[in-house]
Amino acid sequence: MAEFTLPANSKVGVGQTYAAPAGAKNIRKFKVYRWTPEDGKNPSVDTYEVDMDTCGPMVLDALIKIKNEMDSSLTFRRSCREGVCGSCAMNIDGTNTLACTKFIDEVKGDIKIYPLPHMPVVRDLVPDLNVPYAQLTSIEPWLKSTTQPPTRERLQSPEERAKLDGLWECILCFCCSTSCPSYWWNGERYLGPAILLQAYRWIADSRDEAKGERLDNLEDPFRLYRCHTIMNCTKTCPKSLNPAKAIAEIKKLMVERTI
Amino acid sequence: MSVANRPVHRPLSPHLQVYRPQLTSTLSILHRATGIALSVGVLYLAVWVMCASAGPETYAKFQGFNSSIVGRFVLGGWLFCLFYHLFNGIRHLFWDAGYGFELKDAYRSGWLVVVASLVVTAIAWIVGLRLI
Repeated sequence: MAEFTLPANSKVGVGQTYAAPAGAKNIRKFKVYRWTPEDGKNPSVDTYEVDMDTCGPMVLDALIKIKNEMDSSLTFRRSCREGVCGSCAMNIDGTNTLACTKFIDEVKGDIKIYPLPHMPVVRDLVPDLNVPYAQLTSIEPWLKSTTQPPTRERLQSPEERAKLDGLWECILCFCCSTSCPSYWWNGERYLGPAILLQAYRWIADSRDEAKGERLDNLEDPFRLYRCHTIMNCTKTCPKSLNPAKAIAEIKKLMVERTI
Repeated sequence: MSVANRPVHRPLSPHLQVYRPQLTSTLSILHRATGIALSVGVLYLAVWVMCASAGPETYAKFQGFNSSIVGRFVLGGWLFCLFYHLFNGIRHLFWDAGYGFELKDAYRSGWLVVVASLVVTAIAWIVGLRLI
């Protein structure tokens, strides 16, 4: 059931301010969500004044600078710093994206940074992604076949292979799923755009032989059909993929197999 | 119990509170809101018919409310709900058939629906007043 307000333990308070070093001329304020399990307090938003003359261009550069020079307790996930690992997905300036590919210059005013929306928080900007990972497991994201394996690779025509473009590039950052109001309200039963795009990636694969079984698994009022084509997913995808379209293709296949 | 094993009541990260409203989500929630408004509007219509069957005096009373400021606001709003829900419903039919999923198309069709419903509402309002 949809709960539009935050539970009592999740209401966000005002935190500390960390001033820029003396002499800094080009300052921008980063307002960052903080929560630690250790002190029993509610989350808060800390303000960091960052000297942009000594900071890289990306939001991730600023976060790393804050952690290195201002507050080593700031916690966030990051790895590749080039948009291929999906670790630094977070809510920046009101939409979900990767901190490593988001230019600070694109944000007007203070840079507000929150964890991915409507998820349990492990610490600061680190959300608990166990549910989406379990949902990924549920769609069995691997090639399935019942026929005798060939003696060489399973071949695909260029046309068949082209059907996977726009699907295989997904890095599972969950920006899309956590931008989806439907996933906010029904996240434990609705699979969400990221997982459904993955599901379609295997349904669309000419080498996979479990299409019917995969569709059976999705034929459910919640798992698939909580998608109401809101399209926040496609709007927010940092890889410019189109989960909404992938979901629509699954819905079309559902219809096609009954007529 | 050690600190590591203590049960943790994790907060829920902010969602509606921080997510930027945008055309995609705004038109979606508006579709649902206008749908609810239309359902209520059907009751209004039923009362209207009942008043008509109850005789000229009762009907005149109801019409009196319709031509008041509040009544006009209700009818005008209902008219917009009707056309918005209709046009956005057609947009959904295109989506269901698999068309219009590119982001720029979704934005174009979204704005088209908004403009079309405002224009058609205005036309229907003017024509309706002339016919009375």
